[in-house]
Amino acid sequence: MLILTCPSCGVTGEETEFHAGGEAHIKRFGPGSDDDQFHSYLFAKENPKGVHFERWRHNNGCGKWFHAARDTMTLEVFGTYPAQTLEPPKQIRDKITAKHPGWKWREFS
Amino acid sequence: MSTRLATGGRLLETGRAVNFTFNGKRLTGYEGDTLASALLANDQMLVGRSFKYHRPRGIVASGGEEPNALVGLGTGARFEPNQRATTTELFDGLTATSQNHWPSLEFDVGAVNSKLGRFLTAGFYYKTFISPRPFWKHIYEPIIRQSAGLGKAPKDRDEDKYEHFYAFVDVVIIGGGVAGLQAARAAGQAGAKVLLMEQTAHWGGRAPVDGGSVNGQPVDKFVDEIVSELETMDNVTLRTRMMGAGVYDHGYVLGYERVNDHQPDAPGPRHRLWRIRAGQIVTATGAIERPLSFAGNDIPGVMLASAVRDYAVNYGVSIGDRTVVVTNNDDAYLTAITLKNMGLDVPVILDARAGGGGALADQARDLGIRVENGKGIAKVLGGKRVSGVAVCAQAGEGAVVEEIECDAVAMSGGWSPVVHLWSHCGGKLIWDDAQAHFRPDVDKAPTGAQGEAFVAVAGTANGHLDLAAVLADADAVGKAAAKATGFNPKRKAAPVAEATQAAPVEAIWLMPQGAGINLRMKSWLDYQNDVKVSDVQLAAREGFESVEHAKRYTTLGMATDQGKLSNINGLAILSDALNQPIPQTGTTTFRPPYTPISLSAIAGQARGEIFQPIRKTPMHSWHQENGAHFEPVGQWRRPYCYLQSGESTKTAVHREITQTRNSLALLDASTLGKIIVKGPDAGKFLDMLYTNMMSTLKPGKCRYGLMCSENGFLMDDGVVARIDDDTFLCHTTTGGAESIHGHMEEWLQTEWWDWKVYTANVTEQYAQIAVVGPNARKVLEKLTQDDISADALAFMSFADITLAGIKARAYRISFSGELSYEIAVSASEGRALWDKLLEAGAEFDVTTYGTEGLHVMRAEKGFIMIGDETDGTVIPQDLNMQWAISKKKDDYLGKRAQERSHMTDPTRWKLVGLETTDGSVLPEGAYATAPGTNANGQRNTQGRVTSTYHSPTLGKGIAMALVLNGPDRMGETLEFPKVDGTVVTAKIVDPIFYDKDGEKQNV
Repeated sequence: MLILTCPSCGVTGEETEFHAGGEAHIKRFGPGSDDDQFHSYLFAKENPKGVHFERWRHNNGCGKWFHAARDTMTLEVFGTYPAQTLEPPKQIRDKITAKHPGWKWREFS
Repeated sequence: MSTRLATGGRLLETGRAVNFTFNGKRLTGYEGDTLASALLANDQMLVGRSFKYHRPRGIVASGGEEPNALVGLGTGARFEPNQRATTTELFDGLTATSQNHWPSLEFDVGAVNSKLGRFLTAGFYYKTFISPRPFWKHIYEPIIRQSAGLGKAPKDRDEDKYEHFYAFVDVVIIGGGVAGLQAARAAGQAGAKVLLMEQTAHWGGRAPVDGGSVNGQPVDKFVDEIVSELETMDNVTLRTRMMGAGVYDHGYVLGYERVNDHQPDAPGPRHRLWRIRAGQIVTATGAIERPLSFAGNDIPGVMLASAVRDYAVNYGVSIGDRTVVVTNNDDAYLTAITLKNMGLDVPVILDARAGGGGALADQARDLGIRVENGKGIAKVLGGKRVSGVAVCAQAGEGAVVEEIECDAVAMSGGWSPVVHLWSHCGGKLIWDDAQAHFRPDVDKAPTGAQGEAFVAVAGTANGHLDLAAVLADADAVGKAAAKATGFNPKRKAAPVAEATQAAPVEAIWLMPQGAGINLRMKSWLDYQNDVKVSDVQLAAREGFESVEHAKRYTTLGMATDQGKLSNINGLAILSDALNQPIPQTGTTTFRPPYTPISLSAIAGQARGEIFQPIRKTPMHSWHQENGAHFEPVGQWRRPYCYLQSGESTKTAVHREITQTRNSLALLDASTLGKIIVKGPDAGKFLDMLYTNMMSTLKPGKCRYGLMCSENGFLMDDGVVARIDDDTFLCHTTTGGAESIHGHMEEWLQTEWWDWKVYTANVTEQYAQIAVVGPNARKVLEKLTQDDISADALAFMSFADITLAGIKARAYRISFSGELSYEIAVSASEGRALWDKLLEAGAEFDVTTYGTEGLHVMRAEKGFIMIGDETDGTVIPQDLNMQWAISKKKDDYLGKRAQERSHMTDPTRWKLVGLETTDGSVLPEGAYATAPGTNANGQRNTQGRVTSTYHSPTLGKGIAMALVLNGPDRMGETLEFPKVDGTVVTAKIVDPIFYDKDGEKQNV
């Protein structure tokens, strides 16, 4: 059972206090997009062994969504940050680089 | 025979006799006994029958690893199957029964399976019961069900109490042997908050039995002193009878405390589940002795050498008068020496090592014990009890050189560290060739949230088999754990124990080395699941080379003991068969719990009424007092109908509907979800959420809307009211309030976070009462001065009024097809208004109706219900609801998805109404058949029933259904086969059965 820190209210809590919400930093494709774009947006999700970026909601707490950068193998949490962003903050990316030089996740590295 | 000795029994209080029964026989033991030791003291060696062959089985071990001695404990509401006799403390009045035999333990018909052993090999079930097909149901399955299986499930509700505990500590130490005790002292002295748990009732683990000296005094003295010292430390919590059940992510540990198993009538809970968060976890879990694989190693009287020693020293019980010891390591010599010193006979020690043992071997010889090096057991003689052993050379094929009479065999195949808890969360293992076991790879520990190692291992569990090394290791690990959690360990030296000189263990996986098939077929690996050496070899030959496959094919290690005795032996045999080194084969996955824990402990207090919270509306008590027949709707309890004297639910629903349509009725609609959406961008936001246009709604007006997921599927519906320019109130379904609010927040927070919108779920702030029927307006007019005439308060609008002196909001909306108002008031005034409405409605013969009446009336009107007409695969277009989908909007959630080819496929099943030709009610979920069959030989289908009711208004069965090309096939007849083989025919009709033009609701 993971321990996460909500960047919105600052509470560090048990996994049961949160709810996982799938892959982070997904760009929405709506009407006007082609089938491939839409399919990719809705269904093609990352499932890495290692560095991953996820959406979480502090649903039994402040109710806010946030993002978590973590390692799916070692369960290390590199950091959590508010959901209102289009990319992981530099500080967290640097922290990942220190542990996993040359890491890559979708368009981020 | 096994018996109680005149002396010995370290753990016994021989002054206090304890009475118990086994299979109805009255027996006596002592306070301090386990059930196993007391049974052995009464010469009850035979305790059960094996799973597959029903072979007689006796006690093999003295702890949690015991595979055979599983019994049913207690009676009635306290009955519990599959309890290990070795971990059951004896108490006065204990009732135990043996399992898996018929008609009796002594004489078991199923033992005939043993004669069929040649045919009951690995994969037997898969191979044998394939064909002929009809045999499975009528012959194979009933017989297997009768003969397989262990204990029977309890019939009565568990009457004991259970609870959960939460604990937060710096260091958790699992295992209260000398390693755990010393690690706790080292960490505790540094100031860390320490929790030390021990699964048995006693501290010290094996050390007091095995002996030795620490700091110049006997080890049991050392244990007493260290426990006394720990007890005085405020930062150290000590718990016996508590097992570390599992280690999970980020330092989470489950502890299973058997508080009152040994004193069932004492106050307090029976079990306690500890949910622990720890900075560091130290597993000081010791090691388990392995059996040796020789023919007949399952005959009652063959026991682990350490267990023979335990029963002698701890409980003063001898397993037999003449005990043959067979071993591949020095430790078993301790058993021989102990027995000899107690005056018992040890005819021979068979040491499979050609070079024999070390210092202990010399000691044994000095005591006059015959020691044979390079020898092993060809087979054990005896049936329900050992009568002797046939001796052979370990290096040969089993030619018998001598037969030796004996009534017990003490075997030792070496020691395997208990690595389960280390491995639960990903700790890796390494194979230690010198000691012939897997032990934790301390450089590859499970990692926590910061990437730090959070599990450490100490003592024997870490591969240290010598007391001196154990204490030095435990001291270092305890100090390191304290340091890792931010404390400064004291510079105190570790206790010093006398080192022993042992000859190295030799890996002996089969005895004798060249045993033929007849011997291998009687050499048991897994006692509980009846897996033999020959089964694992057969699995390897048949291609089950992965250890995980071989496990499942042979069922090795899949019993309730999870292969604690058998796994290493089994994978060694597998490695040998595959001609590869053991580390290449690897182990199967270790999963929690370490030994089985009670389901009741997992449930804790969450049983019965407090299993989950129950939500009640402000009018709940009125419903209870007036015959409500409740049904759960999410966590709510809603009246299904109200039963008057002599009524069935069916007649009550009939009456409620007729009364509503004829005059006046009330419905408690408080559970309906109510979400405020407010802000300058609220309209824009709702345009994205709903398929229809909400931003054009005028204040004071209501509009029905549909909500789809981004996948395009219909997920919720409800009436939206615009309170003012900035504010909307969205009604959701009862079950959808929380999830729809979450859905709104998700999009607001993660996609449109710059939009100025605020949402609030106000579901429980309001009580809502639907006032329904031709007399609805009349009854409201009696209670208000405000103008609620058809012109002032038109259909699909709302007004703030004062009703019976209560501030209220009246929405003129209808889910029944009748003239209808939904009145929302503060939750605190809901009951008062309900009472006033009933009082004022008396002259109209007012009734109340429940959810079933609501459902039938909406179906009569052809209104859809989320969860009936929708199931997560239905889009609004399937329900002919294009009228509720805006064509003017560029975008809404689900719009792009609804453009996908499958969504626009003209052959998607569409909503229609159905009328049965014989007036009966169609079964729920019934399928309409079509000509021909599909690829699987099943009948083709062309539609399915989504809602089906008896309509009291129309006097016949009506239904809604999704049907292929349905709307174009009005008047056609479909066939619906029922489970009983009969067929109902139904005509396709318009889904609106009642008041097609809506004249009744719009008056």
